[in-house]
Amino acid sequence: MHSGDHDPESGGHDHGHHHHHGHNHDHSELDEMELRVRALESLLTEKGYIDPPALDALIETYEKQVGPRNGAAVVARAWNDPGFMKMLRDDATAAISSMNFVGRQGEHMVAVENTPGTHNMVVCTLCSCYPWPVLGLPPVWYKSPAYRSRAVIEPRSVLAEFGVTLPEGTAIKVWDSTAEVRYLVIPQRPAGTGGMSEEDLACLVTRDSMIGTGLALTPDEARAKGLLS
Amino acid sequence: MSASKPACDTLLQSPGLEVNEDGPVFAEPWEAKAFAMAVSCHERGLFDWPTWANALGATIKAEPDLPYYKQWLATLERLLADIGTVPETERLDRVNAWDRAAKATPHGEPIVLGRDREPHHHD
Repeated sequence: MHSGDHDPESGGHDHGHHHHHGHNHDHSELDEMELRVRALESLLTEKGYIDPPALDALIETYEKQVGPRNGAAVVARAWNDPGFMKMLRDDATAAISSMNFVGRQGEHMVAVENTPGTHNMVVCTLCSCYPWPVLGLPPVWYKSPAYRSRAVIEPRSVLAEFGVTLPEGTAIKVWDSTAEVRYLVIPQRPAGTGGMSEEDLACLVTRDSMIGTGLALTPDEARAKGLLS
Repeated sequence: MSASKPACDTLLQSPGLEVNEDGPVFAEPWEAKAFAMAVSCHERGLFDWPTWANALGATIKAEPDLPYYKQWLATLERLLADIGTVPETERLDRVNAWDRAAKATPHGEPIVLGRDREPHHHD
């Protein structure tokens, strides 16, 4: 970093604490990160590279609308439609865009399917590459150095910490996302979900199950969490 | 928010993204802004995504202990300086301008750039 890590003056919010600006009011204070973001935002706006309302809309989209729900819809359809499952396995990018979930981070997707013999798990050791249009924003732990390194070295114990215990004979494959290729795990369809609608099935698909740090919920688990009526 | 929606739709209102079991995805609003600015600059063609990912990877490697979105913002600042969109000096001048504006703004009022040059309203 260039600008140094000093705090731009600490404190400053004490009431009755007067500064030498000639004002009698307590002044405002922005911390270093707020200042740096405002600086860049105002400059990029002036130069025409960002539009503040569009920026807010983008944040709103990633926070609220995308969520892991797009990915869940993809998985639910694959469970219910063998043709779509095949398409997803063969060309995930095309399959996902056929559902109109496209975007800058979802452009090069590879879907890896969990089976009784193989469990897949995704990590990005380099920089937290993540299929945002499909899974929303990454969880905090996905970005942590500990997860990034340990998922590769000791996936089984990482999974255990997430509460996932796999049968002894199940192999674990760890996929390293890059800027070019992003992975989506297709979790195994839970037992006892034969007659369920795609919409209800999607309620069983958690974000973690599509990263491979969790399994899809059973209908009972989903009901217990209030996700399914 | 209507009661008739499928229960899992309520997920969109709260957890998963904004807040999950590990805490909020964006701890502070500036983090969301930093995130969205990079995406927006990419959309405007200032850099391709592999370039961004490599630059972010380099920052993380160089400063592994920095919190993620500080690494993110530092990467964006450096990349924009490198390609000449926002030179370092221009950026730092603007940081200082916002700092002066904030300090000239009474607590609780919106902070506006140039506030420190008021109350003499002449350009």
